[in-house]
Amino acid sequence: MAAGSTYTPIATQTLGSATATVTFSSLGSYTDIVLIFNGTMSSAAQVMFRLNSDTGNNYSYTKLYGQGGAAGSARESNISGGVLGYYNGGSSPITQILHIQNFGNSNTYKTTISRSSDPGNIESSVSLWRNTSAITSISILNTGGVNIASGTTITLYGIAAA
Amino acid sequence: MANTYYLIASNTVGSGGASSVTFSSIPQTYTDLVLKSSVRSTSTDNWLNISFNGTSATVNWSARWIGGTGTAANSSSSTNSTYSVLENDSTTTASTFSNSEIYIPNYTSANAKSLSLDNVFENNATAAQSFLMASLWNNTAAITSMTLTPSSVNIAQYSTFYLYGIKNS
Repeated sequence: MAAGSTYTPIATQTLGSATATVTFSSLGSYTDIVLIFNGTMSSAAQVMFRLNSDTGNNYSYTKLYGQGGAAGSARESNISGGVLGYYNGGSSPITQILHIQNFGNSNTYKTTISRSSDPGNIESSVSLWRNTSAITSISILNTGGVNIASGTTITLYGIAAA
Repeated sequence: MANTYYLIASNTVGSGGASSVTFSSIPQTYTDLVLKSSVRSTSTDNWLNISFNGTSATVNWSARWIGGTGTAANSSSSTNSTYSVLENDSTTTASTFSNSEIYIPNYTSANAKSLSLDNVFENNATAAQSFLMASLWNNTAAITSMTLTPSSVNIAQYSTFYLYGIKNS
Protein backbone atom coordinates (compact mmCIF):
# COMPACT_ATOMS: atom_id res chain seq x y z
CA MET A 1 0.00 0.00 0.00
CA ALA A 2 1.35 3.39 -0.88
CA ALA A 3 1.87 5.82 1.92
CA GLY A 4 -1.09 8.10 2.46
CA SER A 5 -1.32 11.79 3.13
CA THR A 6 -2.89 11.12 6.52
CA TYR A 7 -1.21 10.99 9.90
CA THR A 8 1.50 13.24 8.59
CA PRO A 9 3.95 14.08 11.37
CA ILE A 10 3.89 17.78 12.22
CA ALA A 11 6.23 17.83 15.18
CA THR A 12 7.48 15.68 18.05
CA GLN A 13 9.06 16.58 21.36
CA THR A 14 10.93 14.17 23.64
CA LEU A 15 11.56 15.81 26.97
CA GLY A 16 15.13 15.79 28.28
CA SER A 17 14.01 17.20 31.61
CA ALA A 18 10.79 17.79 33.51
CA THR A 19 8.84 20.53 31.79
CA ALA A 20 5.80 22.53 32.82
CA THR A 21 4.34 23.12 29.36
CA VAL A 22 4.94 21.67 25.90
CA THR A 23 3.59 23.83 23.09
CA PHE A 24 3.08 23.06 19.43
CA SER A 25 2.59 25.96 17.06
CA SER A 26 2.71 26.06 13.27
CA LEU A 27 0.03 23.37 13.00
CA GLY A 28 -0.10 23.38 9.21
CA SER A 29 -3.05 23.24 6.87
CA TYR A 30 -4.66 19.93 7.81
CA THR A 31 -8.29 19.12 8.56
CA ASP A 32 -7.82 17.26 11.84
CA ILE A 33 -5.12 16.98 14.46
CA VAL A 34 -4.13 13.89 16.47
CA LEU A 35 -1.81 14.23 19.46
CA ILE A 36 -0.07 11.21 21.01
CA PHE A 37 1.25 11.49 24.60
CA ASN A 38 3.46 8.63 25.81
CA GLY A 39 5.09 9.12 29.19
CA THR A 40 4.41 10.24 32.75
CA MET A 41 3.96 13.30 34.94
CA SER A 42 6.11 14.21 37.93
CA SER A 43 3.25 13.12 40.20
CA ALA A 44 -0.39 12.09 39.89
CA ALA A 45 -2.18 14.78 37.93
CA GLN A 46 -4.65 15.57 35.23
CA VAL A 47 -2.93 15.92 31.87
CA MET A 48 -4.57 18.90 30.20
CA PHE A 49 -4.34 21.09 27.14
CA ARG A 50 -4.84 24.71 26.26
CA LEU A 51 -5.60 26.06 22.81
CA ASN A 52 -4.15 29.30 21.43
CA SER A 53 -2.61 29.91 24.88
CA ASP A 54 -6.07 30.73 26.23
CA THR A 55 -5.76 30.68 30.03
CA GLY A 56 -9.35 31.77 30.65
CA ASN A 57 -12.00 29.58 32.19
CA ASN A 58 -13.36 28.73 28.76
CA TYR A 59 -13.11 24.95 28.89
CA SER A 60 -15.31 22.14 30.16
CA TYR A 61 -15.18 18.36 30.03
CA THR A 62 -17.12 15.18 30.69
CA LYS A 63 -15.36 11.88 31.20
CA LEU A 64 -16.09 8.17 31.58
CA TYR A 65 -13.50 6.38 33.69
CA GLY A 66 -12.64 3.15 35.44
CA GLN A 67 -9.97 2.20 37.95
CA GLY A 68 -10.84 -1.45 38.31
CA GLY A 69 -13.86 -1.06 40.57
CA ALA A 70 -17.07 0.54 39.41
CA ALA A 71 -17.14 2.64 36.27
CA GLY A 72 -17.68 6.33 36.87
CA SER A 73 -18.32 9.59 35.12
CA ALA A 74 -17.31 13.13 36.07
CA ARG A 75 -17.42 16.60 34.63
CA GLU A 76 -16.24 20.16 35.27
CA SER A 77 -17.31 23.46 33.74
CA ASN A 78 -15.60 26.82 33.40
CA ILE A 79 -12.05 25.60 33.93
CA SER A 80 -8.81 26.79 32.38
CA GLY A 81 -7.93 23.76 30.25
CA GLY A 82 -9.30 20.75 28.41
CA VAL A 83 -8.54 17.16 29.40
CA LEU A 84 -6.43 14.36 27.96
CA GLY A 85 -6.87 12.15 31.03
CA TYR A 86 -5.71 11.47 34.54
CA TYR A 87 -2.22 10.12 35.24
CA ASN A 88 -2.48 7.90 38.30
CA GLY A 89 1.09 8.36 39.51
CA GLY A 90 2.60 4.99 38.62
CA SER A 91 6.06 4.55 37.16
CA SER A 92 4.91 3.05 33.87
CA PRO A 93 4.33 5.26 30.84
CA ILE A 94 0.76 5.98 29.87
CA THR A 95 -0.73 6.44 26.42
CA GLN A 96 -3.08 9.32 25.67
CA ILE A 97 -4.61 10.15 22.30
CA LEU A 98 -6.30 13.50 21.61
CA HIS A 99 -8.39 14.09 18.47
CA ILE A 100 -9.33 17.60 17.32
CA GLN A 101 -11.51 17.72 14.23
CA ASN A 102 -11.80 20.75 11.93
CA PHE A 103 -9.34 22.68 14.03
CA GLY A 104 -9.02 25.42 11.43
CA ASN A 105 -12.67 26.41 11.27
CA SER A 106 -13.62 29.80 12.65
CA ASN A 107 -17.36 29.34 13.06
CA THR A 108 -17.82 26.81 15.84
CA TYR A 109 -16.66 26.14 19.37
CA LYS A 110 -14.11 23.31 19.38
CA THR A 111 -15.01 19.88 20.75
CA THR A 112 -12.24 17.33 21.32
CA ILE A 113 -12.22 13.64 22.21
CA SER A 114 -9.46 11.87 24.11
CA ARG A 115 -8.54 8.38 25.26
CA SER A 116 -6.25 7.85 28.20
CA SER A 117 -4.75 4.42 28.90
CA ASP A 118 -3.02 4.35 32.28
CA PRO A 119 -2.44 0.94 33.88
CA GLY A 120 -4.15 2.40 36.96
CA ASN A 121 -6.90 4.41 35.32
CA ILE A 122 -8.63 4.31 31.97
CA GLU A 123 -10.67 7.19 30.59
CA SER A 124 -12.56 8.50 27.61
CA SER A 125 -13.22 12.24 27.68
CA VAL A 126 -14.86 14.96 25.68
CA SER A 127 -13.73 18.57 26.13
CA LEU A 128 -15.16 21.83 24.86
CA TRP A 129 -13.29 25.08 24.20
CA ARG A 130 -15.83 27.90 23.99
CA ASN A 131 -14.10 29.88 21.29
CA THR A 132 -14.74 30.06 17.55
CA SER A 133 -11.18 30.98 16.61
CA ALA A 134 -9.16 28.66 14.41
CA ILE A 135 -6.69 26.71 16.53
CA THR A 136 -3.13 27.89 15.94
CA SER A 137 -1.34 26.32 18.89
CA ILE A 138 -1.77 23.45 21.36
CA SER A 139 -0.12 23.37 24.78
CA ILE A 140 0.08 20.32 27.05
CA LEU A 141 0.34 20.93 30.77
CA ASN A 142 -1.22 20.48 34.18
CA THR A 143 -2.96 23.66 35.23
CA GLY A 144 -2.09 22.90 38.86
CA GLY A 145 1.63 23.13 38.12
CA VAL A 146 2.68 19.46 38.00
CA ASN A 147 5.44 18.97 35.46
CA ILE A 148 5.50 16.62 32.51
CA ALA A 149 8.26 14.12 33.30
CA SER A 150 11.57 13.69 31.51
CA GLY A 151 11.49 11.05 28.80
CA THR A 152 7.90 11.77 27.81
CA THR A 153 7.28 11.87 24.07
CA ILE A 154 4.52 14.02 22.58
CA THR A 155 3.83 13.91 18.87
CA LEU A 156 1.41 15.85 16.72
CA TYR A 157 -0.01 14.45 13.48
CA GLY A 158 -2.10 16.13 10.81
CA ILE A 159 -4.90 14.48 8.84
CA ALA A 160 -5.96 16.02 5.55
CA ALA A 161 -9.47 15.47 4.22
CA ALA A 162 -8.29 15.95 0.66
CA MET B 1 5.05 12.55 1.42
CA ALA B 2 5.76 10.95 4.76
CA ASN B 3 5.47 7.21 5.22
CA THR B 4 2.88 7.37 7.95
CA TYR B 5 -0.03 5.02 8.57
CA TYR B 6 1.86 2.62 6.40
CA LEU B 7 0.46 -0.88 6.01
CA ILE B 8 3.11 -3.26 7.35
CA ALA B 9 1.13 -6.46 6.86
CA SER B 10 -2.39 -7.85 6.81
CA ASN B 11 -4.01 -11.21 7.42
CA THR B 12 -7.42 -12.40 6.28
CA VAL B 13 -8.39 -15.71 7.86
CA GLY B 14 -9.24 -18.35 5.31
CA SER B 15 -11.53 -21.34 5.18
CA GLY B 16 -11.25 -23.52 8.26
CA GLY B 17 -10.21 -20.66 10.53
CA ALA B 18 -6.86 -19.98 12.15
CA SER B 19 -5.44 -21.07 15.50
CA SER B 20 -3.48 -17.83 15.77
CA VAL B 21 -2.34 -14.82 13.77
CA THR B 22 1.28 -13.67 13.87
CA PHE B 23 2.99 -10.59 12.51
CA SER B 24 6.71 -11.29 12.51
CA SER B 25 9.74 -9.25 11.51
CA ILE B 26 7.99 -6.00 12.38
CA PRO B 27 10.19 -3.21 10.99
CA GLN B 28 11.90 -1.11 13.64
CA THR B 29 11.67 2.01 11.52
CA TYR B 30 8.34 3.40 12.72
CA THR B 31 7.44 5.21 15.92
CA ASP B 32 4.04 3.69 16.73
CA LEU B 33 2.05 0.61 15.73
CA VAL B 34 -1.70 0.38 15.12
CA LEU B 35 -3.51 -2.93 14.74
CA LYS B 36 -7.04 -2.80 13.33
CA SER B 37 -9.05 -6.01 13.53
CA SER B 38 -12.43 -7.41 12.59
CA VAL B 39 -12.84 -10.75 14.32
CA ARG B 40 -15.25 -13.59 14.99
CA SER B 41 -14.67 -16.79 16.96
CA THR B 42 -15.69 -20.33 16.02
CA SER B 43 -16.51 -20.97 19.71
CA THR B 44 -17.84 -19.13 22.72
CA ASP B 45 -14.46 -17.45 23.19
CA ASN B 46 -14.69 -13.68 23.43
CA TRP B 47 -11.08 -12.60 23.51
CA LEU B 48 -7.81 -13.03 21.70
CA ASN B 49 -4.69 -13.00 23.85
CA ILE B 50 -1.73 -10.96 22.66
CA SER B 51 1.95 -11.78 23.00
CA PHE B 52 5.08 -10.07 21.78
CA ASN B 53 8.41 -11.44 20.59
CA GLY B 54 7.26 -15.04 20.98
CA THR B 55 6.98 -14.69 24.75
CA SER B 56 3.78 -16.31 25.93
CA ALA B 57 4.45 -15.68 29.65
CA THR B 58 1.78 -13.47 31.14
CA VAL B 59 3.69 -12.43 34.25
CA ASN B 60 4.67 -9.04 32.86
CA TRP B 61 1.15 -8.08 31.78
CA SER B 62 -1.59 -6.09 33.49
CA ALA B 63 -4.79 -4.50 32.26
CA ARG B 64 -7.64 -2.27 33.34
CA TRP B 65 -10.84 -1.60 31.50
CA ILE B 66 -14.25 -0.03 31.46
CA GLY B 67 -17.06 -1.60 29.52
CA GLY B 68 -20.74 -2.03 28.96
CA THR B 69 -23.00 -4.75 27.64
CA GLY B 70 -26.16 -2.70 27.27
CA THR B 71 -27.30 -2.69 30.87
CA ALA B 72 -24.73 -1.27 33.29
CA ALA B 73 -21.21 0.05 32.88
CA ASN B 74 -18.45 -1.68 34.79
CA SER B 75 -14.74 -1.51 35.39
CA SER B 76 -12.25 -4.17 36.34
CA SER B 77 -8.56 -4.95 36.30
CA SER B 78 -6.30 -7.91 36.08
CA THR B 79 -2.68 -8.84 36.42
CA ASN B 80 -1.30 -11.44 34.05
CA SER B 81 -4.00 -10.48 31.57
CA THR B 82 -3.18 -10.53 27.87
CA TYR B 83 -6.72 -9.93 26.64
CA SER B 84 -6.45 -7.71 23.60
CA VAL B 85 -8.96 -8.16 20.78
CA LEU B 86 -12.65 -8.74 21.46
CA GLU B 87 -14.32 -11.35 19.26
CA ASN B 88 -17.91 -11.92 18.30
CA ASP B 89 -18.43 -15.39 19.68
CA SER B 90 -20.25 -18.15 17.81
CA THR B 91 -23.52 -17.52 19.67
CA THR B 92 -23.89 -14.01 18.31
CA THR B 93 -25.78 -13.11 15.15
CA ALA B 94 -24.26 -14.81 12.12
CA SER B 95 -21.87 -12.77 9.98
CA THR B 96 -21.25 -10.21 12.72
CA PHE B 97 -17.62 -9.37 13.43
CA SER B 98 -16.07 -7.25 16.16
CA ASN B 99 -14.21 -3.99 15.57
CA SER B 100 -10.96 -3.40 17.42
CA GLU B 101 -8.06 -0.97 17.44
CA ILE B 102 -4.83 -1.33 19.42
CA TYR B 103 -2.46 1.65 19.57
CA ILE B 104 1.12 0.99 20.70
CA PRO B 105 3.31 4.11 20.94
CA ASN B 106 7.10 3.94 20.95
CA TYR B 107 7.18 0.19 20.36
CA THR B 108 10.95 0.18 19.84
CA SER B 109 11.72 2.03 23.08
CA ALA B 110 13.54 0.59 26.08
CA ASN B 111 10.60 1.45 28.34
CA ALA B 112 7.57 -0.62 29.34
CA LYS B 113 4.93 -0.64 26.61
CA SER B 114 1.59 1.04 27.30
CA LEU B 115 -1.22 -0.11 25.01
CA SER B 116 -4.50 1.69 24.31
CA LEU B 117 -7.26 -0.67 23.15
CA ASP B 118 -10.79 0.01 21.87
CA ASN B 119 -13.05 -3.01 21.40
CA VAL B 120 -16.69 -3.21 20.36
CA PHE B 121 -19.21 -5.58 18.90
CA GLU B 122 -22.87 -5.01 18.17
CA ASN B 123 -25.31 -7.86 17.81
CA ASN B 124 -28.82 -6.51 17.24
CA ALA B 125 -29.57 -8.45 20.42
CA THR B 126 -28.28 -8.82 23.94
CA ALA B 127 -24.61 -9.70 24.51
CA ALA B 128 -23.30 -6.72 22.59
CA GLN B 129 -20.18 -5.35 24.21
CA SER B 130 -18.00 -2.26 24.29
CA PHE B 131 -14.66 -2.08 26.12
CA LEU B 132 -12.02 0.60 26.51
CA MET B 133 -8.82 -0.92 27.85
CA ALA B 134 -5.36 0.02 29.05
CA SER B 135 -2.76 -2.73 28.99
CA LEU B 136 0.83 -2.69 30.13
CA TRP B 137 3.56 -5.01 28.91
CA ASN B 138 6.23 -4.40 31.52
CA ASN B 139 9.13 -5.37 29.29
CA THR B 140 11.84 -3.12 27.90
CA ALA B 141 12.48 -5.11 24.72
CA ALA B 142 11.57 -3.60 21.39
CA ILE B 143 8.54 -5.29 19.84
CA THR B 144 9.64 -7.35 16.85
CA SER B 145 6.69 -9.72 16.51
CA MET B 146 3.07 -9.92 17.63
CA THR B 147 0.82 -12.97 18.00
CA LEU B 148 -2.93 -13.09 18.66
CA THR B 149 -4.24 -16.38 20.01
CA PRO B 150 -7.72 -17.45 21.13
CA SER B 151 -8.12 -19.28 24.43
CA SER B 152 -9.41 -22.28 22.57
CA VAL B 153 -10.27 -23.36 19.03
CA ASN B 154 -10.10 -20.98 16.13
CA ILE B 155 -10.47 -17.48 14.79
CA ALA B 156 -13.28 -17.64 12.22
CA GLN B 157 -12.97 -17.30 8.48
CA TYR B 158 -13.16 -13.74 7.10
CA SER B 159 -11.63 -12.24 10.24
CA THR B 160 -9.14 -9.54 9.23
CA PHE B 161 -6.07 -7.99 10.84
CA TYR B 162 -4.19 -4.94 9.54
CA LEU B 163 -0.96 -3.77 11.13
CA TYR B 164 0.11 -0.19 10.41
CA GLY B 165 3.25 1.75 11.22
CA ILE B 166 3.18 5.44 12.07
CA LYS B 167 6.31 7.52 11.84
CA ASN B 168 6.75 10.83 13.62
CA SER B 169 9.37 12.22 11.27
